[in-house]
Amino acid sequence: MKKMDSNIKRLLIILVAFIIIACVTKPTAFIKIGNFQTMAKQLSEYGLMSIGVGICMISGGIDLSTVYIANLCGILAGITMQDGGNVPLAILVGLVVGIICGSFNGFLVSYLRIPAMLATLGTYQLFMGIAILASKGSTVSGIPEAYTSFATTALLGYIPLSFVVFLLLILAVTFIMSRTKFGTRVYLVGTNERAARFAGIHCNAVLVRTYMLSGLLSAVAGLLSLARINSAKADFGSSYTMQSILIAVLGGVNPNGGFGTIPGIAIAVVILQMMSSYLNMFPGISNYYRDLIWGIALIGVLIINFALDKRRTQRLSKIS
Amino acid sequence: MENENILCVKGIKKSFGGVHALRGVDLTIRRGETHCLAGENGCGKSTIIKVISGFYKPDAGTIEVDGKGYPVMTPAEAIKAGVQVIYQDFSIFPNLTVIENLAFNQVLANKKKLVNKKEFRRIAEEAIKKIKFDVDLDALVETLPVADKQLIAISRALLDNAKLIIMDEPTTALTKREVDRLFEIVTDLKENGVTILFVSHKLEEVFEISDSITILRNGQNVISCPMEEMTEEKFAHYMTGRHFDTQVVKEVNEEKYGDVVLEARNLTAPGFEDVSFELHQGEILGVTGQLGSGRTELSLSLFGLLQPTGGQILVEGKEVHIKNVSVAQKLGIALVPEDRLTEGLFLPQSIIRNITVSRMDKLGNKMGILSSKKVVEESAKWVKDIGVATKNHEFPVQTLSGGNQQKVVLGRWLANHPKVLILNGPTVGVDIGAKYDIHKLLRELAAEGMAIIVVSDDASEVIATCDRALVMQAGRVTGRLSAKELDTATLAQATV
Repeated sequence: MKKMDSNIKRLLIILVAFIIIACVTKPTAFIKIGNFQTMAKQLSEYGLMSIGVGICMISGGIDLSTVYIANLCGILAGITMQDGGNVPLAILVGLVVGIICGSFNGFLVSYLRIPAMLATLGTYQLFMGIAILASKGSTVSGIPEAYTSFATTALLGYIPLSFVVFLLLILAVTFIMSRTKFGTRVYLVGTNERAARFAGIHCNAVLVRTYMLSGLLSAVAGLLSLARINSAKADFGSSYTMQSILIAVLGGVNPNGGFGTIPGIAIAVVILQMMSSYLNMFPGISNYYRDLIWGIALIGVLIINFALDKRRTQRLSKIS
Repeated sequence: MENENILCVKGIKKSFGGVHALRGVDLTIRRGETHCLAGENGCGKSTIIKVISGFYKPDAGTIEVDGKGYPVMTPAEAIKAGVQVIYQDFSIFPNLTVIENLAFNQVLANKKKLVNKKEFRRIAEEAIKKIKFDVDLDALVETLPVADKQLIAISRALLDNAKLIIMDEPTTALTKREVDRLFEIVTDLKENGVTILFVSHKLEEVFEISDSITILRNGQNVISCPMEEMTEEKFAHYMTGRHFDTQVVKEVNEEKYGDVVLEARNLTAPGFEDVSFELHQGEILGVTGQLGSGRTELSLSLFGLLQPTGGQILVEGKEVHIKNVSVAQKLGIALVPEDRLTEGLFLPQSIIRNITVSRMDKLGNKMGILSSKKVVEESAKWVKDIGVATKNHEFPVQTLSGGNQQKVVLGRWLANHPKVLILNGPTVGVDIGAKYDIHKLLRELAAEGMAIIVVSDDASEVIATCDRALVMQAGRVTGRLSAKELDTATLAQATV
């Protein structure tokens, strides 16, 4: 428990430090309601995917297919509600497809023992393929306004609804992971699957449910983006895959499984979004540099985590 | 003039983070002797070996090999000086053939770029001849038994002109017969002028093979003396620093047994066949046999981790099919697995989680929501009851010593109030003190009416704890020993 706090403290310090730097160097552009609203809308989508990737990493695997689950759900929901279709039914279709996609990932990873990296890389391609077929390779548009107005409405006039959805889901997943049997089992399976089996945990069932949850979160992300950009496409947001892994690791998830917290991931989402928006305010820094910067950030975080982990082990062995 | 001492290390200190693994250890080994290095787990045995072989750099102290001082020893220098370590995992390449494993080092050392198969074979043949080791040179190493792998490692060490061979707990995975063969080879090596440092904590072996002994405790020397001056009582005392009765007084009283709780009828599964036994309330049944005798498989099949292909399992007279662990759990069967580190524990997770993992169904409500208060209380209760020495239940279980870790696994299953408790190797890698505690606990649990199966290859453990014993060999029960028949001699006879 102590470790959890120190990680979140660290992230909060980074966040505050960054806000201060941003406010000092770009006071007019950064401190604007509009800027914060844009950020809140954008981060909700890949934030949810990051949570999905994060819980899969905690369970000892990874989910690389989140973006394409989101796109597939967005497309199928879009087609259903297109040209005056039933909106609630479309939302249901999106969510159910997400659950099915996630469960399929879980089935491959647990029952068939395919390494998560390969299994979800395969389904990444598979889901994208289905999405291309379903959308006939083009953009799904003609989304009813009754649905898209969701993205333009704001709670109390300021807080975008998509961000509210993000917050509520964060709370729900945090509760699931820290307070329920299922959550505890995800951590234990991620730590040592063999020991988990000897302790009477149905590892396969736990893993299927973990990937299912990830699929569901991705589906919600897909539905939010459908509302925000008023359309859906099979290859939308492909850079989010890499970003969501970066966020999960930055948020303190151990890539080897067993450790990491949902609030940590949530704070990391905010940090990354702010950095990204901040970079946009410098016309001098071309978009070409972006991948380079994120790459350096991911490797940097991994190195720092390695160093901190080593120090913690030493401290603990000293205590005992 | 040859130096009398092949190895002389003085005042070695080494700490990791804040842990002092070695607090000034001296070790002097005379040329041509077989020296034993003994001590409980965590006393610094492995660390000092790694310092001698150049793997760790000591914080203080001097190392002299063959009269030559080494201010900084590196692994390459150690090998050049003739120091070779046979580690427990043997450091061989399982996917290569025997020839390749033996010849690689030599060829690499000679800086040859081209590989000559004939040359390889010649080197390998020469190597196994030295210890009269008969093996198929073209076999893949991973297909060979453990004992052969060890002999390959020894042959390879000899190829490098080893003067001092350090064997780190070499008998851990060997059968009695294989141990005998190893000891013959050790004696042979000694005659050929090779010095052996034999690292072990098994009393019988130490007395059988060594000329002199050094015992470490908590990273310090306790005693160094010729073997003649050592007795069994002194040995146990020096190892632990405690005085105690190593034999648990057990009262076997067959009348006190309750009903039959668990029964196996002609049980067959991959690894063993046709095993039958009855287990009563309050009884401790020993299952003993060498590695590969089917004892582990038997325990797994009773716990739902290995599906029987034939025969029946009956719990309280009713036939049951134990499909998985949670079925076993519901039937009141618990298993403390063989390998604590990979099967028993979630090492980096907290003690709380490790204890309560199998009790979560009872500690949460119907929605699957856990009460953190109940979880903490449950864990605290068992930490206290079973005597786990820790300051904080939130600490990862890996910060505990081997004995305390084993108590955590034991506590996890006792928390389920099992009717049948199966323990596979309950005191492997546990120091003598904790071993004594665990044996005492088992007798107490049996006295309260629990039915217990102790699966073990440690004869003294079976004798100290069990009321009866099954002896297994090559997957079959080859002997049944009653309480009266259980002693060292009959057990040794039955298991060979």
